[in-house]
Amino acid sequence: MIALLLRDLRLAMRAGGGFGLGLAFFLIVVTLVPFGVGPQGGLLATIAPGILWLGALLACLLSLDRILALDWEDGSLDLLATAPLPMEAVVSVKALAHWLTTGLPLVLATPVFGLLLSLPSKGYAPLLLSLLLGTPALSVIGTFGAALTVGLKRGGLLLSLLVLPLYVPTLIFGAEMARRGVDGLDYSTPLLMVAGITCGTIALLPFASAAVLRVNLR
Amino acid sequence: MNLNRLWEYANPKKFIETTDRVLPAVSVLAVLCLVVGLAWGFFFTPDDYRQGSTVKIIYIHVPSALMAINAWLMMLVTSLVWIVRRHHVSALAARAAAPVGMVMTVIALLTGAIWGQPMWGTWWAWDPRLTSFLILFLFYLGYIALWEAIENDDTAADLTSILCLVGSVFALLSRYAVNFWNQGLHQGASLSLDKEENVADVFYYPLLVAIAGFVLLFVALVLLRTRTEIRARRMRALLARERMG
Amino acid sequence: MMPDLGKYAETVLSAYAVSLVLIVVLVLLSLRRGHKVKAQLEAVEKKVRKNG
Repeated sequence: MIALLLRDLRLAMRAGGGFGLGLAFFLIVVTLVPFGVGPQGGLLATIAPGILWLGALLACLLSLDRILALDWEDGSLDLLATAPLPMEAVVSVKALAHWLTTGLPLVLATPVFGLLLSLPSKGYAPLLLSLLLGTPALSVIGTFGAALTVGLKRGGLLLSLLVLPLYVPTLIFGAEMARRGVDGLDYSTPLLMVAGITCGTIALLPFASAAVLRVNLR
Repeated sequence: MNLNRLWEYANPKKFIETTDRVLPAVSVLAVLCLVVGLAWGFFFTPDDYRQGSTVKIIYIHVPSALMAINAWLMMLVTSLVWIVRRHHVSALAARAAAPVGMVMTVIALLTGAIWGQPMWGTWWAWDPRLTSFLILFLFYLGYIALWEAIENDDTAADLTSILCLVGSVFALLSRYAVNFWNQGLHQGASLSLDKEENVADVFYYPLLVAIAGFVLLFVALVLLRTRTEIRARRMRALLARERMG
Repeated sequence: MMPDLGKYAETVLSAYAVSLVLIVVLVLLSLRRGHKVKAQLEAVEKKVRKNG
């Protein structure tokens, strides 16, 4: 399992791989927003939590098809299926690798992007916490979507269509938590909900992803 | 009553034979109920003292919203049957129901928007119920798109039924998330077992007939479309066998 | 025969019109596809029987 994780991480780092791409995309979104809505600091501060959450979500979405597509093409997915490792473990590791290469860097970069959007100082802690708790769910759900569309030639657009509705609850609670933090309100309820969704998806969704992947490898 | 009898209808041939007899009756009943319910509601009910004549939209809005959710529930049940017992008719029925459910969702959204314009002064508000229906619509879109995208029938049935299960959980989650996210404009349930909450009797009875009409219409359409899907599947199988040799 | 719909006539009528059009289109499309597939299947079955 650890060997598989290390292999996935190395591949993402090398290979002109998607490692920096998600971050660069996130930066571009954050840069473009003020062009779209105007440079007023007050307005930017109100929408900053939402923009940062949306940016993270889209950056995550962009890299989803890389989770499984490359392994599918070169046949290593078939090897993994016949390996003694259960399929549930394979998809969990894949999701973890995706989170480490996409989700975690996004979370770490968020304070800088928050500065660009004049996020109020008391909003940093809840925003970071909500992203830290929420992005693993995005990766796990995304792996499910990637497993569904892995055999299709032009699965990219379909993948977004399938995954985005599934992202709704995570986005709602995550962004709500960040927003409440910025307004100085109590954010423990959305925090618990985000944490609950993440734990639930990590615990249950790999079974669905593995079942789907087995069907696709049949 | 022997429950095993029910599974006989999972045989495609038996299904087509049975629906040959049932479908005309259901269709006639559906048209009858729809005409009676909608005509009763449209021509012979008084205006509401606050909503004026816009109250008449309820006879379309409430049944279609009901069927939008029930269609998804039916897809959930037939998907489970497919996963557990692997009856092709079940998976094909889910496929047949999805576009009908989507159209019902669209009707509920459109009639709601048309009603909301004079009543709430806006076509659209990010109200929990409205938002949930928009999300439900997206789920239908994704489900149908996945069916269309996969060529192998069995693979498509497996993948879409798992998507339906996972989607149901997330749709439910979204419903509560959306509730938490925004307080609503939308009034409470029009129909419930609690008499006090219900709409007044004059509106209630034609509404029941209209709902029966929508249910029957849904059943008739799903039967018809399932027959089509069964035949389409058989045709693909025959063509594939011929190509093989 | 037409009931007096007052100032909301357009609202009510357009809601009914939109819904009925959508339902009718759905029914017609379902029927047409049904007939088409049935005819195609019959043709294919005939061909298969002749060959086999």
